[in-house]
Amino acid sequence: MTAAVDIHEAVKRYGSVTALHRVDLSISDNEFFTLLGPSGCGKTTLLRMIAGFEDVTEGEVRLFGENIARLEPNRRPVNTVFQHYALFPHMTVIENVAFGLKMKGVDAATRRGRAGRMLDMVHLSAFADRMPDQLSGGQQQRVALARALAPEPKVLLLDEPLSALDLKLRQAMRVELKQLQQDTGITFIFVTHDQEEALTMSDRIAVMSEGRVQQVGTARDIYEAPVNRFVADFIGETNLLEVDVARVEGGTAEVVLPGGHRITCPSATTAPGRHHLSIRPERISLSAEADLTATVDRVVYLGTDLQVMVRLEGGTPFSLRMQNAARVSPPEPGATVGLHLEEGAARLLAD
Amino acid sequence: MAGPGPSGASGDATYAGLVRPLLLPTWAVVGILMVLPVCLMAVYSFLTKEFRGGVIWDFTLAAYDQFFITRGLFGDEPARIEWTYIGIFWRSIWQAGLATLLCLFIGFPTAWFIATRPARSRGVWLFLITIPYWVNLLIRTVSLKFLIRETGPLNESLMAIGLIDTPLPLVNTNLAVQLGLFYSYLPFMVLPIYAAVERYNFALSEAAADLYASRLATLREVVLPVVKPGIVAGCILVFVPSLGAFLAPDLLGGAKTFMLGSLIDEQFKGSQGNWPFGAAVAMILMTLVMTVLILYARAQARGARR
Repeated sequence: MTAAVDIHEAVKRYGSVTALHRVDLSISDNEFFTLLGPSGCGKTTLLRMIAGFEDVTEGEVRLFGENIARLEPNRRPVNTVFQHYALFPHMTVIENVAFGLKMKGVDAATRRGRAGRMLDMVHLSAFADRMPDQLSGGQQQRVALARALAPEPKVLLLDEPLSALDLKLRQAMRVELKQLQQDTGITFIFVTHDQEEALTMSDRIAVMSEGRVQQVGTARDIYEAPVNRFVADFIGETNLLEVDVARVEGGTAEVVLPGGHRITCPSATTAPGRHHLSIRPERISLSAEADLTATVDRVVYLGTDLQVMVRLEGGTPFSLRMQNAARVSPPEPGATVGLHLEEGAARLLAD
Repeated sequence: MAGPGPSGASGDATYAGLVRPLLLPTWAVVGILMVLPVCLMAVYSFLTKEFRGGVIWDFTLAAYDQFFITRGLFGDEPARIEWTYIGIFWRSIWQAGLATLLCLFIGFPTAWFIATRPARSRGVWLFLITIPYWVNLLIRTVSLKFLIRETGPLNESLMAIGLIDTPLPLVNTNLAVQLGLFYSYLPFMVLPIYAAVERYNFALSEAAADLYASRLATLREVVLPVVKPGIVAGCILVFVPSLGAFLAPDLLGGAKTFMLGSLIDEQFKGSQGNWPFGAAVAMILMTLVMTVLILYARAQARGARR
């Protein structure tokens, strides 16, 4: 099947600065796809290249097979929900929503009808004749969404649309956006720096850093099987340990932990030598059958969890999480404890 | 609604006690420099002229009668509408309107250009725009006459490159007057539009393009409506003084381009003057301008309430 959006060796340079290095991405039809990364990683540049606001220095952007890299933004069948909404301040809510249809030459009655249905969909029918500045942030956000969906784009681009909302609203909108994507069957490309947003909504996520796509996969893939230090560290919390690889075969490696204990774990690399090991804090337990020995620094109370900060022999800081259950008694600071790595806790990274 | 006092009931009381004395300078400026002169002008327009300039304190409608009604050369024919002054009026509106349009067509792209430069260099561009205005208006207008006269640099260079054989008669034409007005008032168009464009959120243009608007449609449907307050302010700031301008029409135009400003100017000069008539013309002009502005403001308010 043809991909909805296919980015082929796309490069973006501003003078001598390279914002995107040969990005390859293939986004399927009906997919909720997220570009996730810290600010400056190139995710917004990539989105703007798909929308047509940024020229592609090299490479191709294909939309259902057609190369649109040189097409003006108004000729691309994609619509954007802008970060700060960019609602037209001189138009009413319904005029805003109908604008795309008006520009496409749809007659007044039809566009009024369709814009009305869009407002229904985002529960704003009562506000059709208000001006944008008479709406709250959350309502403006919905208008922006309705406006972008009204022309029935093939792909909807969302540029950090939830970042200006407060936490409660943001959480509610996540559920609604996902529902909307499933109902409309439109491909959503969503840009965010918020990993929780990415993990809860996306079918697949591309983790970006420094103008490169680091890893593409489902939420589970990138959390459980990060390929490198950046992804392991950016998604959730992790402990990174530099270890010697004793043996690596297929997808499994045998590594030597500090203190000499050997474990086997899944590996993102086939190269022997020194690599980093990512160990998720919630997959470690305190146990006499220890893989590692450590001294407790302090215990932080987090409500549902306890975070135990420890130091390994040699002083490397390390942290683990325990559920705050009644039967658990947290260790005392200063105590020496044994750490047991559960099945799948550790993963050898490529760098 | 509660007053914008600093805090609580006692704060409001202090504020209310202070507000009048603090507003006094403002009222004094407005009263002495605006209300009083307008009242004086209104009163003078109803007085009788004295032949060597000045007025006799004798109330009459003669000045307005002279403007609107004629009874023939010797005053013995039946009263008819006097078209001479209305014609000058009309020509002034026409000239000022064309000058305003000229300013708009040059001023808008200029303002747009400046507002889209990097923030550091905008100040320099604005500064460059204002430099010519450090020179006295009279000198600038006379200089323009030298530039466009038959033996001036414009005609000579056009002839030198062979575009024309005979010099273009530019001086004493409507075009010359419009050029003069354009040159006099261009910054009044550029500055308010610049202020509006500088505040313009360019994401709106992206949003329009994203929603299938061509560049022209984006300009028409989004950019112009959003920066309209700046455009309107610029047009008012150019149109109103152009309407009453007398330097450019006097120096660059001829008898055929006689405008209101010159008409008023003449009434207060030397012994042929007619102060009440000059005052009456000024009052009529002001009434017209005020009426148009008020109607416009009303229409705007209705639009905003919608």
